Amino acid sequence: MTPLLATITDIDPWIATCSLITVAITVGMGFWSAGKSKSAGDFFVAGRSVSVGWNASAISGEYLSAASFMGVAGMVMLNGYDALWYPVCYACGYLFLLLFIAGPLRRFGAYTIPDFAEGRYDSPVFRKIAVCFVLFIGFFYTMPQMKGAGTTLAYIFPGLPYWVGVAVVGAVITLNVSLGGMKGITLVQAFQYWLKVFAITLPIFILASIVGQYQEHLDANKTAFESAAANSAQVERKALPEKAPKDEQWIAPFGSLTTKAVDTAIKKAKTPEEKAALEANKRPYSLLYTYSLIIALVCGTAGLPHILVRFYTNPDGVAAKRTTMWVMILIGVFYVFPPVYGVIGRSLTPELYNAVGAKGTDKVVLELPTLLAGKNHPLLGSILSGITCAGAFAAFMSTFSGLLVSMSSALAHDIYGRMLKPNSSPEQRLKAFKWAAVIIGVVSVGLGTQVEKLNINYLVGQAFAIAAASYFPLLFMSVWWRGMTMRGAATGMLVGGLLALSSIFLTTLSDVYAVQTLADFWVEHPLARILCEQPAIWAVPLSITLMIVVSKATARTIPSDVRMKMLVLHAPEALGLKQEYIKEHEGVGH
Amino acid sequence: MKTSSTPDHVHTDGFLAHLMRDQLKLSIACALFFVTALVALPLLNYFQPEYMAQRVAGFTLSWLILGVLFFPFVWIISYIFIKRSIALEEAEAAAAKDSLKK
Repeated sequence: MTPLLATITDIDPWIATCSLITVAITVGMGFWSAGKSKSAGDFFVAGRSVSVGWNASAISGEYLSAASFMGVAGMVMLNGYDALWYPVCYACGYLFLLLFIAGPLRRFGAYTIPDFAEGRYDSPVFRKIAVCFVLFIGFFYTMPQMKGAGTTLAYIFPGLPYWVGVAVVGAVITLNVSLGGMKGITLVQAFQYWLKVFAITLPIFILASIVGQYQEHLDANKTAFESAAANSAQVERKALPEKAPKDEQWIAPFGSLTTKAVDTAIKKAKTPEEKAALEANKRPYSLLYTYSLIIALVCGTAGLPHILVRFYTNPDGVAAKRTTMWVMILIGVFYVFPPVYGVIGRSLTPELYNAVGAKGTDKVVLELPTLLAGKNHPLLGSILSGITCAGAFAAFMSTFSGLLVSMSSALAHDIYGRMLKPNSSPEQRLKAFKWAAVIIGVVSVGLGTQVEKLNINYLVGQAFAIAAASYFPLLFMSVWWRGMTMRGAATGMLVGGLLALSSIFLTTLSDVYAVQTLADFWVEHPLARILCEQPAIWAVPLSITLMIVVSKATARTIPSDVRMKMLVLHAPEALGLKQEYIKEHEGVGH
Repeated sequence: MKTSSTPDHVHTDGFLAHLMRDQLKLSIACALFFVTALVALPLLNYFQPEYMAQRVAGFTLSWLILGVLFFPFVWIISYIFIKRSIALEEAEAAAAKDSLKK
């Protein structure tokens, strides 16, 4: 049998059908919306006319990425309790956005975050810096979506190379975005949110009713304070392989995720004294890791450009706040469920611990429903697995769409429309948007093929850390402190963001490209490894401190109309100040 | 810069400072509840591991709080913030418009 024939005969028709329907609906809606997207405003901010309900669904659809749909479940299965911080902070991080940024940012009335950066400080240079960070964060966030695409397609079409899945999904989404821009994807993303909720909830409800509930499977994992006899497991549980973390480590805080650096160092310790010292530091370092992760996820949520840009599609600041609250509810409801897959997956699909890459725990969401085939429900297992595959498709397609719009806007609006050709016509900018989408799409596919070995959720966490150290301090301080200057903002954002990026890159070098010198250094200095892997705990305060110090030192360069700008950011729309500001700045591009 | 629909005192430093202070106070008050919970949970896990490991309906207490209860806790904070924030904005706009009438 040829490999191609083998691939075709191994395909489950239900899984393939559900996935194809999702792709067809996505492309169909994109084409339909494309006919309605005419102006530059439609492409960049959907005509600023998206209602709270639509926008909350669309933001949630965009936000719930491959990391949320597949990665969280995989990480909970792999790391247990500590991985719960990811879904919780992904959802609850929106509170910081709601409390400090959403309303003022929308009132400012820009198209993109670099627009805001330039408008707040009257500095075209700052726009360039901001554009670079849109691209840095965007590409970091794109890679795990591509990994999700490659993993899912390799699952649907057994034997299909990972890179083919990445290329196919990349091409489909690039086509969709270049056709319809922001207005085109708003409808698609709103639809995809509801598809993802359906796809994550229905299979697990049915599965749990057959194989046992969430808490029963959790109860099967004994804590360090329970004896084996007290563990009265009522549910089926397969034997865990050697590579799986032990129950007491998995279910408790400060487990393998947060202690990995110290555990590696302990294994290679040369003397008993050295080992004892490392053991003593294990829990404090683990606490430090946890706090740094929390800061990265909470502040990073409030600093993701592709999410922030969606707030400009609201009609006003109050709608932006209401949208944020509904987003928190919609994504919060969703995030309760991926950990359930992780917990049940630990009991029933422990063989995933033995695999890495596209065949590891990241595919537990796709794998778990197929177990029903072995419980006399073969058709049900195939249908439910098809539904979860459709949800996975919706996840990486919707997030990649949003990232593509955000990064294409940065190239077409900020670089082409503002820097290269400020006098370009709206038609030229639309054409530039479409070309930018194609360029970004090709680069994303190239990067996606390089990350097969990395954990989806881990990659997304890195994008959050960079956003937390760059955009979050910029937005927070620019909105609330009149004394900020462009130099202060740029210094803090550049130093904090680039140091976070560099330190994350160092850990990637040792993990992916096996740079032995670095690996040896991490063994000698586990604390340095933790601070580089999770840089938010030092990078965010450093960025804010630099902003304050440099702004104080350059106080004479505070924009002369700062009072008007702060009024636009903070005064209720009923006072009509936004209109005044826009008229006043008509000549400079607002 | 000013239009007939915007009261003069809106364009003063005093008005801006008052506006930002009221908004920031509300935001910080809500953020404090959230941050306290975020700081306290790891500390409880660290210093009271046995207490946090006790079972509640099959969950450990720490798992139940983080994996289930944290979401509604944050929804409540956001609901209170939205209500108060909109009321604050309406009061600010009404006060400014009243001063225009006078």
